[in-house]
Amino acid sequence: MNTLIFRTVAPFLTALMALFSIFVLLRGHNEPGGGFIGGLIAVSALAIFGIANGIAAVRRALWFHPMAISAFGLFIACLAGLLSAAFGVPFMTGLWVYPVVLGVEIPLSSVMLFDTGVYLVVVGAITSIALALEAGDDV
Amino acid sequence: MAANPADLSAALVLTPVPAADWLVVLPPAWCILAGAVLLMLRKSVRLQALIAIPALAGLVVIDALLLAHVAANGPVTMVMGRWLPPFGIAFTADLTGVLFALAGAVVALAGGVHALADIDASGRRYGFYPFLLLLMAGVSGAFLTGDIFNLYVWFEVLLIASFGLITLGSEPRQIDGAIKYAFLNLIATTLFLVTTGYLYGIFGTLNMADIAAKAAAGRAELPLMTLATLYFVAFGMKAAAFPVNFWLPASYHTPRVVVSALFAGLLTKVGIYALLRTLVMLFPVEREELSFLIVLVGVATMLLGALGALGQSDIRRLIGYVVISGIGVMLAGLSLGSPGGIGGAIFYALHSMVVMTALYMAAGLAGRLAGSFDLNSLGGLYGRSALFSALSLVLFFAAAGLPPFSGFWPKVMVAKAAIDIGAWWLAAAVLATGFLTTIALGRVFALAYWRPAPMALPVQTMPAGALLPLVLLTALTVGFGLFPERLMALVQHAAQGLADPRAYIGSVFPEGK
Repeated sequence: MNTLIFRTVAPFLTALMALFSIFVLLRGHNEPGGGFIGGLIAVSALAIFGIANGIAAVRRALWFHPMAISAFGLFIACLAGLLSAAFGVPFMTGLWVYPVVLGVEIPLSSVMLFDTGVYLVVVGAITSIALALEAGDDV
Repeated sequence: MAANPADLSAALVLTPVPAADWLVVLPPAWCILAGAVLLMLRKSVRLQALIAIPALAGLVVIDALLLAHVAANGPVTMVMGRWLPPFGIAFTADLTGVLFALAGAVVALAGGVHALADIDASGRRYGFYPFLLLLMAGVSGAFLTGDIFNLYVWFEVLLIASFGLITLGSEPRQIDGAIKYAFLNLIATTLFLVTTGYLYGIFGTLNMADIAAKAAAGRAELPLMTLATLYFVAFGMKAAAFPVNFWLPASYHTPRVVVSALFAGLLTKVGIYALLRTLVMLFPVEREELSFLIVLVGVATMLLGALGALGQSDIRRLIGYVVISGIGVMLAGLSLGSPGGIGGAIFYALHSMVVMTALYMAAGLAGRLAGSFDLNSLGGLYGRSALFSALSLVLFFAAAGLPPFSGFWPKVMVAKAAIDIGAWWLAAAVLATGFLTTIALGRVFALAYWRPAPMALPVQTMPAGALLPLVLLTALTVGFGLFPERLMALVQHAAQGLADPRAYIGSVFPEGK
């Protein structure tokens, strides 16, 4: 799959899809979306990049090992649940803060932290599977 | 947030949660955190054991504190996200669950230390310790959850971690063992899931306390017999009960010995735990109906396991059959249903977790010292290390159920409970199993330890790190063999809590809805 058109478009497509995946992740609290589907969109972006430029380029672009990314996601998702210990409420209770930055109220929550963890778990796990499959294709 | 006129107390837990209740969710959460950290540091081979072993020791401490809490205050419940049960997913720790969780943590700690000598750098880079911690997350979660679908999820967690562990090394015969193991376990898990879907269709709830209460109230018109039978098949497969036990000897001899040791200690016991939880607590009347079937399966499992052990020449396969034979004794206890029978099953499960793990470790060390796992070429181990031989002999006697070791008391409890209802043939089967196991393991001792070495032994030293957990586990089995009173009282208490789950239900629904 190394037509000139595809190789030229792939980085832009990847960037756009990665941005869209974060949009879907943040939108997910009250509307369709969320960490899982957002993560899958991000993996598709990386897969397109990988098909165009090879898996070495994806590994370089990710910087961290995909498995480490998913482990970090698992870590913060678990931490998001444990946060509630400090407030005397049961495990995984949603906690909210509303800081006002430049006159805009930004609702932040432990739910969002958990969802970000899910996003990273999906990105890391599926990317490492996709990369392993594509690497197997080369040999 | 704006003032909300709705009455939140109908949906949410509004009272502050006591700090001690956090102990209920901490074991799986702790394991997930530690497992995630280890996975991030997968390339730092030196750090793996330095983090994993303190983390496993921490798990033992958490479970011990939880046991003290539950023994003093009765079952403890925490609901996720403060939603009131049965809508919020509940974690409920009762004595049975906590005893299993603590024994599992002790076994995992011993396995983690033993792996220092057994798992090389490539195995650690491949992720032995992260897999072990995630396996423990699944095992602890399964023992402590109060929600039957959540139990399924923890089964999946531990199953996936065990797939990773069993293929550690990626040798062809490991892949062969892993495929048999994975395929049969997936069938069992699917059956579990299908049954749980059916159960949800009947009850409209997945909370185990809620199910127990609703089953007791509406027993006459609900098809509970179907549910109980399906669960018996699904968990029986997990526990390696005859005739669905063939996956265990086909796969347990292929991975690294410490992995076999952990599997023998943990995996089949999760199946036994799930059987106790569903058949004793949720569907006791149906268990009574099924008891003849359960006892037949139990007797066949224990006798065929012991006979299988007699027929093997690879010591790792032989111990696999000893594990199966022990499952038969637990099923016999389960089929009796009396506090003595259930208590005996719980006691035997705890004993089996410790002793089967130690037996596999001993087999691994024997194989390392003599350079073979085959009884035809093993020999001369007594001459190599008298201490190791003594430890092995204690473990062999404990596994066979001879006094004064920990295997004796649960067999006494089960046999006595059998004689109490006039089932002398069941007591005879338990004794015959003990006799056959003694012969099978005595044969190992005579051939591998006493017999002079048939060939020149490779010069191998005994790694101290591998011997230490073996000494500790053997000390446990001797300790509980000599002083069984405390544990016996605890398991009887636990069995009563399962048979009469009022305290369990009361902990989930404090107002007595």
